[in-house]
Amino acid sequence: MSVPAVKRSILFSLALLLLLAVLLSLALGPVSIPFTDAIGALLHRVTSWTVAADTALIVEHIRLPRTLMGMLIGATLALTGAAMQGLFRNPLADPALIGVSSGAALGAALVIVLGSVWLAALPAALMPYTQAAGAFAGALLTTWLVYRLGSSNQGVSMASMLLAGVAIAALSAAVVGLLTYIADDAMLRALTFWNMGSLGAASYDRVGMLVLCCGVVWWRLPRQARALNALLLGESEARHLGVEVERVKRELVLLTALGVGAAVAAAGLIGFIGLVVPHLARLLLGPDHRQLLPACMLLGAALLLLADVAARLLVAPAELPLGILTALLGAPFFIALLLRMQRRGGL
Amino acid sequence: MLQALQLGCQRGSRHILEQVELTLQPGEVLVVLGTNGAGKSTLLATLTGELAPATGQVLLDQRPLASWSALERARRMAVLPQSSALAFAFQVEEVVAMGRMPHASGQRRDSQILREVMAAADVSHLAARSYLSLSGGERQRVHLARVLAQVWDSAEQGCLLLDEPTASLDLAHQHLTLQQARQMAARGLAVLVVLHDLNLAARYADRLLLLHEGRVSAQGTPWEVLQVELLEQVFKVPVSVQTHPLHACPLVLS
Repeated sequence: MSVPAVKRSILFSLALLLLLAVLLSLALGPVSIPFTDAIGALLHRVTSWTVAADTALIVEHIRLPRTLMGMLIGATLALTGAAMQGLFRNPLADPALIGVSSGAALGAALVIVLGSVWLAALPAALMPYTQAAGAFAGALLTTWLVYRLGSSNQGVSMASMLLAGVAIAALSAAVVGLLTYIADDAMLRALTFWNMGSLGAASYDRVGMLVLCCGVVWWRLPRQARALNALLLGESEARHLGVEVERVKRELVLLTALGVGAAVAAAGLIGFIGLVVPHLARLLLGPDHRQLLPACMLLGAALLLLADVAARLLVAPAELPLGILTALLGAPFFIALLLRMQRRGGL
Repeated sequence: MLQALQLGCQRGSRHILEQVELTLQPGEVLVVLGTNGAGKSTLLATLTGELAPATGQVLLDQRPLASWSALERARRMAVLPQSSALAFAFQVEEVVAMGRMPHASGQRRDSQILREVMAAADVSHLAARSYLSLSGGERQRVHLARVLAQVWDSAEQGCLLLDEPTASLDLAHQHLTLQQARQMAARGLAVLVVLHDLNLAARYADRLLLLHEGRVSAQGTPWEVLQVELLEQVFKVPVSVQTHPLHACPLVLS
């Protein structure tokens, strides 16, 4: 079926919102830059536009990588959140809530601390990739574990999944705690950073890693939109509709682990984007994944950028950790969702 | 045509199905009857490829079911489950449209089919409603429309399997649903329905299959299967079988 005009115009508005968020993210911060200069700084190499040297420096080396990273991570977290909710047939599934992000953080933390001994010979440019590999492995393991713990013949139990998430988060916190004993100062700072989540460490190396990993997720995951729709009916219904359920599930789990792993490796734990964004997008467009997934990518990128701008401005010149800000906004949202579902009588 | 040959299923050491033989011919309605735990659901799961049989095999058009790809099979066979766990606010029309997912028949044909099946399942007036706002019976009819859409054009090649489709429906819609099953058979499809109500079965089936403790205890026309002794032995309730005053089919009183 064709996309109705209303849905198309909503997607278009979301794209405009993202554009606005990109401009704000380039322009606002400890040093405020006029929009025209921000655009000029992006284009001055290819056009005759002239901007002050320090403005160009700030935009090119600080704001642009940070903005790119925010877009990549926001879109990926929202996309994988929507995929998990489809896979688990539950609107409350979120990579952070069910422990996938904690698992990824644990994997990355292990690489930071233990890797400094075993992987010391690797060139520094590969560090984002080894951390991402650790985060991916952690995310994959926890997704698999949570799915095994949460699913039975009767379907997927949200209660067991959330409890599994609690257990994995506790385990991850304990192991990260242990690691802090053997970590040196630099490692400690890196570890604290994972647990709070921030785009502060943005660099083109990390952007490169994210483009590679998230690119795969963006390319493959939206192709499963129709299969995800069918999965919402139930696994056997999806099978009867011609979906190769086991293959699709495997692919979704792998892609989610890859996306969350890369996001956590680049920016630490940023929760609730994967929960809040798909929920808002569903309110705007309905649950059809063919429109929901692109909407989640646009809205996720935009919201993460706006949150990051807020994190930079609220306590300037210092900076609020982004993960803490999203949790402050997302946790009450999650509680409201829980209350609503409880009133409807189903968890 | 769907065939089960010497079908057997085990769960642990318990035999759920033993030596079940059945042939589902194009154009006929076969109703499967039996007590709770007789193996009806297992039989359906095996016939649809959900469950691999321990012994024997299932053939779709003379080819083992397992050798069909999921998509090929979905183009030929639609299955209505007892209940569905859909918890997302799709519009009714979107749910029904999922039935066309395995096909590439084009948007124009699809929307024509959607109109026809929604009228057939009496859900046209609900088209724009949210699925979550519907009652249990309305939801069941939406899924009926969905599976009808899936095999609407399949004719002699299609199979339609309905698992207790009348469970949460009012009297009028129970008859409407089974009339639709008959209509689909008239279009050439092979239709299998699992039912609990002996009289609905007697009225709408070409053939009945009575399952008892995992075995086929009788198979044939309603008059052949609905025999007092057999029913009392299977259902453990005294019954009387008469001729239906309005239709020429048997009427079971208990």
